Amino acid sequence: MIAGPVAEIPPGGRKLVEAGEGRRIVVFNLDGEFYALANRCPHQGGSLCDGIRTGHVTAPEPGIYSYERRGEMIRCPWHSWEFDIRTGKSWFDPRRVQVRQFPAHVEKGSALVEGPYRAETFPVRVEDDYVVVEA
Amino acid sequence: MTSPDPALRAIDCDVHPMPVSLRTLSPYMDAFWADQVVERGMTGLDSQSWPIGSPKTIRADWRDARGRGASSVEELRAQALDPFNVEIAILNPLYGVQLLFNEDMCRAFTRALNDWVRAEWLDRDDRLRASIVLPMHTPDQAVAEIERLAPDRRFVQALALVMGEVPLGRRQWWPVMEACVRHGLTLGIHAGSAYRHPQTSVGWTSWYLEEYAANQQAFQSTLASLVTEGALGKFPSLKVVLLESGVTWLPAFLWRLQKVWKGVRFEVPWVDRLPAEIVRDQVRLSAQPFDAPADQVGRILDHLRSEEMLLWASDWPHWQFDGNDCIPPGIPARLLPKLLRGNALATYPRLAPTGAARQGDAA
Repeated sequence: MIAGPVAEIPPGGRKLVEAGEGRRIVVFNLDGEFYALANRCPHQGGSLCDGIRTGHVTAPEPGIYSYERRGEMIRCPWHSWEFDIRTGKSWFDPRRVQVRQFPAHVEKGSALVEGPYRAETFPVRVEDDYVVVEA
Repeated sequence: MTSPDPALRAIDCDVHPMPVSLRTLSPYMDAFWADQVVERGMTGLDSQSWPIGSPKTIRADWRDARGRGASSVEELRAQALDPFNVEIAILNPLYGVQLLFNEDMCRAFTRALNDWVRAEWLDRDDRLRASIVLPMHTPDQAVAEIERLAPDRRFVQALALVMGEVPLGRRQWWPVMEACVRHGLTLGIHAGSAYRHPQTSVGWTSWYLEEYAANQQAFQSTLASLVTEGALGKFPSLKVVLLESGVTWLPAFLWRLQKVWKGVRFEVPWVDRLPAEIVRDQVRLSAQPFDAPADQVGRILDHLRSEEMLLWASDWPHWQFDGNDCIPPGIPARLLPKLLRGNALATYPRLAPTGAARQGDAA
């Protein structure tokens, strides 16, 4: 499916898209790279699109804060569980607690006009770029 | 007796010798403080945490003609070591030296208490080991007392009360933990208060009942402090022993601590694995009292998800049971080898047969 024109999701931005059958997907722009996650926290279903986007803090020892990957973590607005936007994996249990991730990439409008993807709510213009989510 | 198997000799992790009065300690004070005890008319430091008259403080049939108890090695032998088939018992004096606000007096009396334990208990029965009671006015004082006594390997633990002045996980106490690790000592934390604060976080209690139950809150807060401040992570080889804490509160508390940690762990990024795992690795509890009816003990043990955490204690002379029923009812028989002995050997480096090899175990 087509999530929208690239211009609608600037770097640092996010967009919630309807994926049909009640499913919602949130698309993030990380410095020009696009990532798509199910908009449903695996804990109790909180809307990740409404969460704080933050960095990843670790500590080599108590009192020393190592703050990296600023803007690459999304924190659920309900209970603050942190997920890696790039992978959908939770910080505290990355193997078992994950948000479903969908491949996302940018396609030329000219390719989409004839391609397999659907844009139900807006016309695709051949001269623009679009974010495509394989959901 | 502790076990139907006479070959399974127990390690009693919590017994309480009680000085009859402050004069008991005078021979172990320098001349100035010994005279101060007389000149100031100071009589005793029995703590309000353990009122001598309270039935729980000394079991009725363990009291002497004065109504006191636990004042001599002979009583300990006759009332606990022999009947419970104890191979090793760890003395944890609860005399109220922690209550003193005068820093110098606290240090002098605490030193005297530890030296009294050494001379009148450790020297009189080979089965005995002891905790170093810590003067907790300053970390320097506490560390100095550890350094003074650690060369005597019969001291196997450093001892603090669960309700002190500042939560025990705070960084100011880390030199104490470092000294414990360096000397192969555990950090024991016993129920009781130094009365720097109300015994509950909502204020002073009216009744003995309230205060005794409130220790459980204090253990929860202390455990949370040790985890969240990163103290346990900083000293991964440190074992912390909660004494007379009760047991059954722990799984429910860990559930809450861990659940909230999942959301706000960014506050404490040094807590980089599940709090319950940290606690299972480094915290031990004496199983006297256990705080559950016999038919529920199995469920609680399942919730703990560990058979390594519980240490047996008679809690002598506190009144936790009658007769020789010194194992909390409901503990499955298969657990007894660990409860009575194996877990203690794994917890206290100085009790292990290879203890000498562990001396100098660094953080």
